[in-house]
Amino acid sequence: MKIKVLVTLKKGVLDPQGKAIQQTLSGMNFSNIQEVRQGKFFEISTDEKDEAKAKSQVEEMCKKLLANLVIEDYKII
Amino acid sequence: MNSSVIVFPGSNCDRDMDVALNKFGFKNKMVWHEDYSLPKSDLIVLPGGFSYGDYLRCGSIASKSKIIKSVIDFAKSGGLVLGICNGFQILTETNILPGILQQNKYLNFICKNIYVKIKDKKNKYFKNIEKDILELHIAHNEGNFFCTNEELKSLEDNDQIAITYCNSEGLENEENNPNGAIKNIAGIFNKNKNVLGMMPHPERMIDKYLSGEDGSLFFENLIRNLK
Repeated sequence: MKIKVLVTLKKGVLDPQGKAIQQTLSGMNFSNIQEVRQGKFFEISTDEKDEAKAKSQVEEMCKKLLANLVIEDYKII
Repeated sequence: MNSSVIVFPGSNCDRDMDVALNKFGFKNKMVWHEDYSLPKSDLIVLPGGFSYGDYLRCGSIASKSKIIKSVIDFAKSGGLVLGICNGFQILTETNILPGILQQNKYLNFICKNIYVKIKDKKNKYFKNIEKDILELHIAHNEGNFFCTNEELKSLEDNDQIAITYCNSEGLENEENNPNGAIKNIAGIFNKNKNVLGMMPHPERMIDKYLSGEDGSLFFENLIRNLK
């Protein structure tokens, strides 16, 4: 089974890379872009057959390693 | 006085730190990240560099390495742990220190001499140090200290802010903040002040002919306070 996770910066946390991407896009004539926020995507393959169990295990991984909860939120998708 | 420098794959300031510690009187040992136990030490140093290639987040993989449990136990028992640059990042990822070091505000790798103001001298690192402002060196891409408002209040209330970026006169403002760190923070303590994480590299300022000597002041003072 594959579990997918999105890790994104919390609202209000400065994202200089996102800002640089946004400015570059504006320079490429994508003039209607309001904001770009950059995040991380993980695809985790597991032997676990029970989806609920797999998701709860991934949730633990997010809290302990994949995301830093001071600045990041995670979402299992 | 015995010290240990932890070496991770990608550490690159470990030998400079070894030279500095030995120069000022420590008997230093290098400890590999795959070891489980620490030699008898009065000071543990997590050196600068790019442990595990800065994968995931700076310091995050090192914060789960085999040796780290012993470092955490040592810190919790009151032992002195000093994290420089990547070492500071590792300490925040282990939650021994609050906050996180984010990417520099202006997206640039900064490598230059800066000044820091010592904010607290009631600790083994800075007690009795002759100066209030030190000239040190920084070299980092992720030194922008960030924490929640509650964490910042707790840092301030407990005098845990160790050093802040300033100019040679001690003025702390936006202009003298190289990386966007909250309140110009360059280094912080844990509550008991036995753990210090800082972005500047004192080990790079220990030779009057090559760099400067404010790093010498730091190490001389530290070993004096430990004796």
